[in-house]
Amino acid sequence: MTLRFAIALNGASFEAADWISAARQADEARLDFLTFDDSFGRSGPDAVLVASRVAPLTRHVGLVPVATTTHTEPFHLSTALATLDHVSRGRAGWQVRVSADPAEARLLGRRAPLDFDELFAEASDAVEVVRRLWDSWQDDAIIKDVATGRFIDRDRLHYIDFAGAYFSVKGPSIVPRPPQGQPVIAALTHQPQARERLDVDVYFVTPADVDSAAKIVRQLPAAKKVFADLMVYLDADQETAIRRRAATTSDAAVFAGTPAQLADLVAGWQPSGIAGFRLRPGSPADLTTITRDLLPELRRRGLFEPSSATTLRERLGLPAAVNRYQEAARA
Amino acid sequence: MPKQIILAAHFPGVNNTTVWSDPRSGSQIDFASFEHLARTAERGKFDFFFLAEGLRLREQRGLIHDLDVVGRPDTLTVLAALAAVTEHLGLAGTLNATYHEPYELARQLATLDHLSGGRAAWNVVTSPGAFFGENFRRGGFLDHADRYVRAGEFIKAARTLWDTDGGDFHIRSSQFDIEGRFGVPRSPQGHPVILQAGDSDGGRELAAEHSDAIFSRHHQLADAQEFYRDVKDRLARYGRTRDSLKIIPGVSYVLGDSDADAQEKAQHIRRQQVSPQTAILLLEQLWNRDLSAYDPEGPLPEIDPLVDEDDTIIKGRAGMYPDRLKTANEWRARAEQKNLSIRDLIIEVTGRQNFIGTPDRVASLLNEYVQTDACDGFILVSHLTPTGLDDFVDQVVPLLQERGVFRTEYQADTLRGNLGLA
Ligand SMILES: Cc1cc2nc3c(=O)[nH]c(=O)nc-3n(C[C@H](O)[C@H](O)[C@H](O)COP(=O)(O)O)c2cc1C
Repeated sequence: MTLRFAIALNGASFEAADWISAARQADEARLDFLTFDDSFGRSGPDAVLVASRVAPLTRHVGLVPVATTTHTEPFHLSTALATLDHVSRGRAGWQVRVSADPAEARLLGRRAPLDFDELFAEASDAVEVVRRLWDSWQDDAIIKDVATGRFIDRDRLHYIDFAGAYFSVKGPSIVPRPPQGQPVIAALTHQPQARERLDVDVYFVTPADVDSAAKIVRQLPAAKKVFADLMVYLDADQETAIRRRAATTSDAAVFAGTPAQLADLVAGWQPSGIAGFRLRPGSPADLTTITRDLLPELRRRGLFEPSSATTLRERLGLPAAVNRYQEAARA
Repeated sequence: MPKQIILAAHFPGVNNTTVWSDPRSGSQIDFASFEHLARTAERGKFDFFFLAEGLRLREQRGLIHDLDVVGRPDTLTVLAALAAVTEHLGLAGTLNATYHEPYELARQLATLDHLSGGRAAWNVVTSPGAFFGENFRRGGFLDHADRYVRAGEFIKAARTLWDTDGGDFHIRSSQFDIEGRFGVPRSPQGHPVILQAGDSDGGRELAAEHSDAIFSRHHQLADAQEFYRDVKDRLARYGRTRDSLKIIPGVSYVLGDSDADAQEKAQHIRRQQVSPQTAILLLEQLWNRDLSAYDPEGPLPEIDPLVDEDDTIIKGRAGMYPDRLKTANEWRARAEQKNLSIRDLIIEVTGRQNFIGTPDRVASLLNEYVQTDACDGFILVSHLTPTGLDDFVDQVVPLLQERGVFRTEYQADTLRGNLGLA
């Protein structure tokens, strides 16, 4: 079974050319998806807009920006991500993040930060609202019926009527259902609440070795796709990579070595049951080494095969998204 | 030198101007439609591409309005993607000052300005009521009277953030209390271009104080000239020059081989725009009552409109009729005099096709508007998605260029520069 590979971009560049170059490299190498890091407090561009900026210039690669649920409007998040899915023709995803930083709260001026339990309770509601809004238009809502003068069948649009402790949202969405139905939702699962509360499709986890990877996979629901995060310094000779790694510390395991050695590690971790890896390049040069040297090496060893699936869901082996309202209407 | 004309391309909207029943009409949501219109506008050396926004689907009589095109993309996300398929075209998006927050929106607009190389513009709108609020955290938190207080403070806050060049800020006003470091360095335009699209006294004053351009709905020559004078006269109070604020009405046009041919086409389009069902619906918007029992091919109602501006039959769209009774009486008189059915009358009174004729005639009319200070340019609203501007770019733009009133090449690197704004 081939593994899936993603790259985490965390650049702060405001030059479109830098993002285009990274996205095109990934696209040409047939990497499965890119994540775009973001937070309100950092110096860097808005990740959803960066992903959208590169969407028309790429054809295969999935585009998964980070967007924060704390302080933001779930309605805006839902429509922005649905639009990213339209613009990329079914390649959009979303990495959910919460913000516990009091300084970020003051940027937005809404209220004091919540504790993690509450942050994830709110994030869970936000994910629910985002998902309901994506379903609030049935795929067949647009009828263009000249005889009755109707553009839509309004019975195929649905109020979501969400009312929770943090917000209520009426719906329906202003954006027709995205091509994937439900774009892929992912989260990094450092906090137990992220695993317990969030209705996501993909977990980013940070095992130290194959055994801890296997243990994590066993603890998570089988239908979820688990990606092991790995920070990488890649060079033709191991010494250079180790020198560049220096004293780097990370929440994820840090690898320094040659592409062949990394392929060995990938082969070694494969039996853990992970769906794939999300590689975090130590520097922009490592992105190039991943796409130019590592991926071909993995292909030679049968550890990676470019996917011919056109949507990100399909590529990750996620089932086609069933529309909750359409099902309810049928029942 | 004659005044230079500003031209913008409005993506066809969610109202009955957009004809979806025509076999040539394309998707309102596929990116290919946005790309086609944007590329066409750039081929025609237009100043900018324009997107409207509505934060809730329109409703009439408590039901989701189903007769017009429904659904559109998120404004900023689609503009960021259009930056990838155009090089010079300005990218203007309508965004509501009531249901956004300054840090987030200023960051997104500055991001768009960076990622497009200086082409971002924000059309600031406010919400006419609490209807949109049901989709947002704070609900309908803002009094109607305070809509421009918030909008004005919002624009000031955004400019303060942009001016930090990625540095520290502390903003305190009646609406906002925020502080910290703004995570975006100065963008190519410094300040993305600000447009405003409200028509009340408060809206005009906001434009005079803060905005670079107004998207207006005044398109009849005399009315437009009066509006133009009114807002430009307000500028001195804020120490601004008359050419620092551009007036750009939304208009539509119809081209033909002869003027008669164009008139005939225009009539055909009007009938497409006003289906029998739409005729009743538009009548209800003035009458503010359920008129579904009336025959669109029959006479106008004898009962009077309901005058209750707090409870209007249509939600999610700005009020259009300041004096319902007066307008209703005018419509009835006109229908009686010309023996018009409801549909015939609605076709006559709700159209805004003011530029109809051969390409030469349309070019002359457009130029006359600009040279006689009815406006500084136009936001062209076509009736077909996404090919509606093709003929204008092919046939009218070259004539404006020949007359020396429209650019043949982009002159500046930024939208601000192309609009002739400081
Ligand atoms: C030409 C024009 C275009 C407008 N476009 C939008 C729009 O796209 N979205 C929106 O929410 N409001 C739109 N509006 C509404 C205005 O922003 C504003 O909310 C409304 O006119 C009420 O403000 P006023 O009382 O100053 O007129 C538009 C108004 C005008 C005149």
